[in-house]
Amino acid sequence: MEIYELTALKLGQEIKKHRVSVREAVQAALGQIHKNEEKIHAYVTVEEEKALAQADRVQKAIDRGELEGPLAGVPAAVKDNICTEGMRTTCSSRILSGFIPPYSAEAVKKLEKAGVIILGKTNMDEFAMGSTTETSWYGPTRNPWNTAHVPGGSSGGSCAAVAAGEAFFALGSDTGGSIRQPSSFCGVTGIKPTYGTVSRWGLIAYGSSLDQIGPVGRDTADCAAVLDIIAGYDEKDSTSMARDKYSFSEALTGDVRGMKIGIPQDYLGEGLDDSVRQAVTAGAEALKECGAIVEYFNLGMVEYAIPAYYVIASAEASSNLARFDGVKYGYRAADCEDLHEMYKKSRSEGFGEEVKRRIMLGSFVLSSGYYDAYYLKALRTKALIKQAFDQAFSRYDIILGPAAPSTAPLLGDSLCDPLKMYLGDIYTVSANLAGIPGLSVPWGTDSQGLPIGLQLLGDCFREDNLFKAASACEKIRGRWQLPFAAKNSSDSEKREVLGV
Amino acid sequence: MSVKIDDEMIDYVGILAKLSLTPEEREKAKEDMNRMLSYIDMLDELDTTQTEPMTHIFPVSNIFREDEITNGDSSEAMLENAPSQKEKQYKVPRTVE
Repeated sequence: MEIYELTALKLGQEIKKHRVSVREAVQAALGQIHKNEEKIHAYVTVEEEKALAQADRVQKAIDRGELEGPLAGVPAAVKDNICTEGMRTTCSSRILSGFIPPYSAEAVKKLEKAGVIILGKTNMDEFAMGSTTETSWYGPTRNPWNTAHVPGGSSGGSCAAVAAGEAFFALGSDTGGSIRQPSSFCGVTGIKPTYGTVSRWGLIAYGSSLDQIGPVGRDTADCAAVLDIIAGYDEKDSTSMARDKYSFSEALTGDVRGMKIGIPQDYLGEGLDDSVRQAVTAGAEALKECGAIVEYFNLGMVEYAIPAYYVIASAEASSNLARFDGVKYGYRAADCEDLHEMYKKSRSEGFGEEVKRRIMLGSFVLSSGYYDAYYLKALRTKALIKQAFDQAFSRYDIILGPAAPSTAPLLGDSLCDPLKMYLGDIYTVSANLAGIPGLSVPWGTDSQGLPIGLQLLGDCFREDNLFKAASACEKIRGRWQLPFAAKNSSDSEKREVLGV
Repeated sequence: MSVKIDDEMIDYVGILAKLSLTPEEREKAKEDMNRMLSYIDMLDELDTTQTEPMTHIFPVSNIFREDEITNGDSSEAMLENAPSQKEKQYKVPRTVE
């Protein structure tokens, strides 16, 4: 087995046993980057020299016995909306081209303290606004399973990097499904934790009440290990939650006996591809056979989540993105007569179409005369959505459903119709509105060989249930081959069991 | 509710958002916003008269602290990102006649 094929935890063990050096680990990931990046374009920035220098420093600390964590020496990628000190951070936007943060996000600092090596920054939809990673100013990322298809978004670069072996894990961010949907499309595991679990300090804000940083990994154990490191109360984030003692890794028992799993009927109706529906029902059957109690139920409020989400997210974005004015950082338009012209020209030239669309919608719904009818109405709807989940979680430990209505679409198919693209977020946005955790775990592939993920949703602060059920899904599913590994011929037999 | 984005409104939104649109962008924005807003009007089906707007999921309150400086002086690093600077300050085009 090649180094780049190891999971993050396995690599960490090999490094600890001195069977692989940290430098070798970084070189293995860089090798995959050199081999695949021309086709995939998962990264906006790769910092080879910095990563190698850091590898040597971390190696010394490991040798001295100062770094003993499970991920010490493991190379990872960070989404380009998460600040990294001295490393270009652009949000895949022209307006932040050349921005070098003077500080690192809290989540990045925690990773670095645990001995993780940051390889570079991953591509994304501009300011995380999109579901395909096609709205990046630096060009689209392609799906490693089939480069004619998108990786999903907005954390498409992070998920593609992990799927292509170009990083052992990555950080993403999830405002309306931006970790879970691309994880499903790229056949990797991704989790959006409960709101407030990971500090947002240093995450460039899109929709502050919805944004959460989370890990993307090759399996659930890697994700749990990363979350163990990056979670935690941070006084620099006023919405950070002080949680009781937790160990996400300890929840990976794979034991679902007696676990109550609800499947919303209203997630399986019109608009869902047959292949995805079959994967969900097969997943439910398999978990049932492992001793879980599975029931279909009516969640309610499902169709109202997207309109409420787009009002709230756009409103917050219009406010958050007011800071990009061509004065303090980033792009400034040339030849401006006065200050206001400079603001307007810099923003108009610096932002892409989708970002401008959301800033304008947000400015409108917050404007005098429309604030009550749109913004407050959406916040009231959010309360009703939260109630619907509260009711569901009074009966079920987790909710099982699809992460997206289909597998990864072809490049260029989504952007021509924004509303249609927004509708693709139907199974993910409500978790952000309700603040609950959600995880996507790879389950199978469709007839085109594109991955399908199962989405598990849990009550607030109950990531343990998600990890428990997801590790059970992995056990049932068996070995999962990512595109960079050699294909295994006995896969077809397995597909029958998985219903895909 | 059938608010529609007309010429006057799109100009107003442009002012609020500090964006200048080309005539083509302006037409496209009008069309996109009208389409999105008619979709959002679906929320009117919900009776929310008894429901309070929910800003935060959890009961959070303001966190106060003493106004003590804990971070060092990073003004140089901050200014390095400025598109234009002069004498340790951000430089901008003329603001007054």
